[in-house]
Amino acid sequence: MEFPEELKYTEEHEWVMVEEDLAVIGITDFAQDALGDVVFVELPEVGTSVEAGKAFGVVESVKAVSDVYAPLTGTIEEINDDLIDAPEIINTSPYEDGWMVKIRMAEAKDADELMDAEAYQALIAEES
Amino acid sequence: MTTLGTSGLVLNEKLLFEHSDPGRKGYSLPKLDVPEATLPAELCRDEIAGFPELSEVDVVRHFTRLSTWNYGVDSGFYPLGSCTMKYNPKVNEIAARLPGLADLHPATPPHLAQGILELMDNLQSSLAEVSGFARVTLQPAAGAHGELAGMLVIRAWHEARNSTRSKVLIPDTAHGTNPATATLAGYDVVPIASEGILTLEEVEAHMDDDVAALMVTNPNTLGLFETNIESICKLVHNRGGLVYCDGANLNALMGIARPGDMGIDVMHFNLHKTFSTPHGGGGPGAGPVGVTKELIPYLPGPGVERVGDEYRFEIDNADSIGRLLAFHGNVGIMVRAYSYIRSMGGAGLKHASEMAVLNANYIRARLEGVYDLPYKNRSLHEVIFSDKDLEGGCHTLDVAKRLIDYGYHPPTIYFPLVVKGAIMIEPTETESPDVLDEFCDAMIAIAGEARDNPDLLLNAPMRSKVRRLDETTAARKPRLKWEGNE
Amino acid sequence: MRYIPHTAADVSEMLERVGVKSLEDLFVEVPGSVRLKRPLDLPEPLSETELLRELKKLAVKNATPSTHMSFLGGGAYHHFSPAAVDLLVSRSEFYTAYTPYQPEISQGTLQAIFEFQTMICQLTGMDVANASMYDGASACAEAVLMAVRLTRRKRVLLSRALNPRYRATVATYCLYLGLELVDVAVADDGRTDLKDLAAKLDDTTAAVVAGYPNYFGVVEDLAVLSERTHEAGARMVVAVAEPVALGLLKPPGELGADIVAGDGQSFGLPLAFGGPYVGFFTVRQKDLRAMPGRLVGETTDLDGQRGFVLTLSTREQHIRREKATSNICSNQGLCALVTTIFMSLLGKQGLREMAGQNLAKAAYARQQLAGVKGFSLVFDGPSFNEFVVRSVEPVADVLSRLEKSGILGGIALGDDYPELADCFLVCVTEQNQRSEIDALVAALQGGAA
Repeated sequence: MEFPEELKYTEEHEWVMVEEDLAVIGITDFAQDALGDVVFVELPEVGTSVEAGKAFGVVESVKAVSDVYAPLTGTIEEINDDLIDAPEIINTSPYEDGWMVKIRMAEAKDADELMDAEAYQALIAEES
Repeated sequence: MTTLGTSGLVLNEKLLFEHSDPGRKGYSLPKLDVPEATLPAELCRDEIAGFPELSEVDVVRHFTRLSTWNYGVDSGFYPLGSCTMKYNPKVNEIAARLPGLADLHPATPPHLAQGILELMDNLQSSLAEVSGFARVTLQPAAGAHGELAGMLVIRAWHEARNSTRSKVLIPDTAHGTNPATATLAGYDVVPIASEGILTLEEVEAHMDDDVAALMVTNPNTLGLFETNIESICKLVHNRGGLVYCDGANLNALMGIARPGDMGIDVMHFNLHKTFSTPHGGGGPGAGPVGVTKELIPYLPGPGVERVGDEYRFEIDNADSIGRLLAFHGNVGIMVRAYSYIRSMGGAGLKHASEMAVLNANYIRARLEGVYDLPYKNRSLHEVIFSDKDLEGGCHTLDVAKRLIDYGYHPPTIYFPLVVKGAIMIEPTETESPDVLDEFCDAMIAIAGEARDNPDLLLNAPMRSKVRRLDETTAARKPRLKWEGNE
Repeated sequence: MRYIPHTAADVSEMLERVGVKSLEDLFVEVPGSVRLKRPLDLPEPLSETELLRELKKLAVKNATPSTHMSFLGGGAYHHFSPAAVDLLVSRSEFYTAYTPYQPEISQGTLQAIFEFQTMICQLTGMDVANASMYDGASACAEAVLMAVRLTRRKRVLLSRALNPRYRATVATYCLYLGLELVDVAVADDGRTDLKDLAAKLDDTTAAVVAGYPNYFGVVEDLAVLSERTHEAGARMVVAVAEPVALGLLKPPGELGADIVAGDGQSFGLPLAFGGPYVGFFTVRQKDLRAMPGRLVGETTDLDGQRGFVLTLSTREQHIRREKATSNICSNQGLCALVTTIFMSLLGKQGLREMAGQNLAKAAYARQQLAGVKGFSLVFDGPSFNEFVVRSVEPVADVLSRLEKSGILGGIALGDDYPELADCFLVCVTEQNQRSEIDALVAALQGGAA
């Protein structure tokens, strides 16, 4: 199981990569493993406002469905269209090609509140 | 060891459309005895593209072959937990097909339908007697439909009292239809965690003036009796709420205890579970609903009633939630359930529940120690194991698939969600001890195979017509109908 | 007891193995305060002979097309069903099986449902069909809920010419969902009134619902209805209570329908005093994930062999729970199988021929009836196998004296349509011989007793 050091994490198993005031979001290796083969991804439209802690999308596998929560408040700047035809990318490359949305953050410093890799790993260990 | 499951010649069969041959016919209609008529051309269709053209022989072979790929209760043991796959009596099939019952139009004036109305009224009273409720409606077409009726009745009762309560409490062990139904009735769902059975404390912690109802299943989906049900119902009532019971597991209680006597306000029955009507490969079932006296005015309708010597549909039900179907419900299924109840009698129904519970406990005794048993309370009509102790990297799914090779329909798996790797076994009362023994022998053998030769489980099933199917591609690239020659 | 095999010896042995002394001990967790302390008060059990005797006594009290000539329609239809249908569906591998959750041993059920889904799409001209709903009325209600979910609007327009029991069912489903249901008037020709529709359509409308044919047997101008509906950004929901009509009529999918819901009872299901019937539900490809009900999809197994599975289950209650597209679980599986066998026996030609006979016999009946003094036809729109007759003599009296002549002449409309209190609905199918239609006309001509 991978926990890239340079990323931030949430309790809902999303990862965040911060590039100034833009946050790239996806779900973690742990999440994709728990879900199984991803069959469908529902993403919001570009321009949609999202609020920290509220669901903005859905990831479906054959036997399960999971809401994806916005780790930060802001606006959807870009979505990963590739996931529409090839949702399995989330399984094979959850941290890179499997990115889901890019959010233009309302407050760049909100990202500082998120967990680092070590804290997230500890959370996983606790949950198991 | 000769197992029940074996391989044999089974025939392949294409899709209907792949057999089709222009000009073939499988029907006969009398010649038209009146002048032909036409509709304006712009209203008319072209031929139905792709619709099959087959002879009667083609069609009969097609469906006969398809049937050989299936497994029914008549094939063998079918221990699906919470589904009550008991034997479907054959006389019920004859009953439902009797002329005078099968070919009766629903708009037949009641005075010319006294026979069927009497049957329906008798069934209503019989179900009321078994469950302890004041009145039963037969209209809902399935359990989930009954749940909808029940929750709408509860809401109607609240609305009549100008209550704006918006929440429904639902244990996390509940069948998925329960929260889905609560949403359809316009409620927000508040899940309650439970460790086995519900405690008064847990319910109390969540019960407030915004809670319209608590939905329970009793016995619950772990096969355990909700021992605290009376005090829980009292609590909910004291705080102005009502209690709904999912009656899917009634097979454990007939003649033993009645939900209506426990303080429950509304309950749905599953005629295709407790009352022996066939499951049909996914229905039709029927989901009658029983209520306390106070809730009678809100029942969907119109229901059947007896006035003097005459049977009719209720006239005065202004407070009813209305109808949930075009007509009176799955009457053909009611005829079968009624036949079952008349064949069993009261003592027979009690005996059925006793044997159902004995059978489940017998399986529990034989498999305890071989499979992990998460709950130590006495099981009723179903028992839950998990795959916690399973070796060889095998999981519940693999046990299920290997059981197929052994000649059994697998138990319910991965439900309820609170038990990781749940295996829920409900034998029902119609299975003899030797069938149970053979099944347990198979389960024990499979646990051994997991330890010594896990590939047998991981590659299972190997004897069925198809092996494990690619459900991922089916969901990623759905192909939901035949698209023509490709 | 022939369904419960345990002997007394079996029970003793099993109790010992379980480790309890008596059956009572198995119920130790059921508190004494709720235990039933008396036997169930139900009649003594009957043997098979006695049971059938009892049921036959009840059966003869009912009027059926075998005892009476029947012209009853209104959402349930007396049609021919080929002999092979019931015999095939009586194979116990079909009817004693459950939902195909273990696909490897359910390929029979699954392939048949896939074939059902295919033929329903072919018939309606739509993209995707589910594995069935309870009946046409509840399918129509679920269609309305789906349209509401998709458009996020709260107003629904229902044609008054839509089957009143379908409308009532929609109303029940919508009771507590904060929706507004509005009736659209019927025009003089028996079709939905376009002027009234235009007046009521607005940008809060989620759906417009019409029958095809409608309750009066009239064929709606779906193309125009769909166009107006779409202009307002709403979804066109079409309800087909009599799918035999689709043997002749343009499929709703070609006329702008967004959701087509209906009942397959006409395709081989016994009238059975109202059920079990079978709802069908079809949508456009783009709305697939918002659709309720089970879906069967094609796939391959480990050896590359074609097979079928339940799919897209994440929409459903057992996974999505409170966010599911519906709460539906068991549906009408065996009934869908009945219609599948029926449709394969009738086929392309048979359905057209059956529809043609319905059209012709109803046209003949209309023509004959129109010539009877004291009776008149009400709607002049194009119609299929049902029509409305106005009577000078009170409808109740007419139907009563027809009964005495052994005829179930039609359904009185007054309860559902006060403005048609002097009218009744007559249905004629291929099952009504010319002599029966002539008998109906003669009986009407007979005049008041």
